[in-house]
Amino acid sequence: MAQSTMTSRRYLVLAVITLTAAFGDTLLARGMKTLGPVSPRHPAELIHAIFSPWVAAGIVLLIGFLASYLSALSWADLTYVLPASSLGYVVMTVLARWWLREHVSPVRWLGVLFITAGVGFVTRGPSRTDNDPELPHAHEKELAVR
Amino acid sequence: MDPHTELATAAMIAAIVLTATAGDILTVSAMRNVGDLDRIRAERGLSGAAVAVITNGRFGLGVLCLALSFFSLLFAFSHRDLSLIGPAATSLTFVTNALAAKIFLRENVDRRRWIAAIFVCCGVALLAF
Repeated sequence: MAQSTMTSRRYLVLAVITLTAAFGDTLLARGMKTLGPVSPRHPAELIHAIFSPWVAAGIVLLIGFLASYLSALSWADLTYVLPASSLGYVVMTVLARWWLREHVSPVRWLGVLFITAGVGFVTRGPSRTDNDPELPHAHEKELAVR
Repeated sequence: MDPHTELATAAMIAAIVLTATAGDILTVSAMRNVGDLDRIRAERGLSGAAVAVITNGRFGLGVLCLALSFFSLLFAFSHRDLSLIGPAATSLTFVTNALAAKIFLRENVDRRRWIAAIFVCCGVALLAF
């Protein structure tokens, strides 16, 4: 049974997922560029990378991402949370254009349009579908609807 | 890019996508097993919610897969640009996650959700240009 249980607090959790994932990945990339290529023969260098300031800052944001992501997955489907939290790419592109004054090609704007449309599609639907028999209380909810 | 470099890039992206998908599916499965975290936190506090999550076996396996995905991502970032790896890995993960959610989690991935996943996948891929 489809359910719409979204509240303003839950939309806020989706916003936190969006921003921490986008900024966390950017900080990781910035840190790894500073350190240079890691050889497949020396994977321990990846452990060393964790302690560099940029990568460490990225990890802090990604821990925030994981906490809000887990919270969202406890009340919404994976196929709802993933597209709904992809607006971070739109935010990053808009910031790049108007804050960093980078050139954003028409193809990238088309990409922004596609993502916005995808987010619009999924957020107009229910956040949770109870097809999984493992869901706590799924059976009771089904009986209540009947 | 020469064929060897292309193959290496594809292997890096495949490693990120597969480990991320396995991690996501196991984590969602664990969270469904645990129940609504907002309700658990209201009943047992933040530490009670944390214990409920951490003591779930599937959550441990999921985190292990997500950690592998994280190190694959770090490795890929050290060899290729964020503008290539980020959109490619993310857009493919949308599609593999939708497939895996339908098969393993039995989510009702209706036409609306497929359209959303494909639109976001295409959009993220276009951002690489």
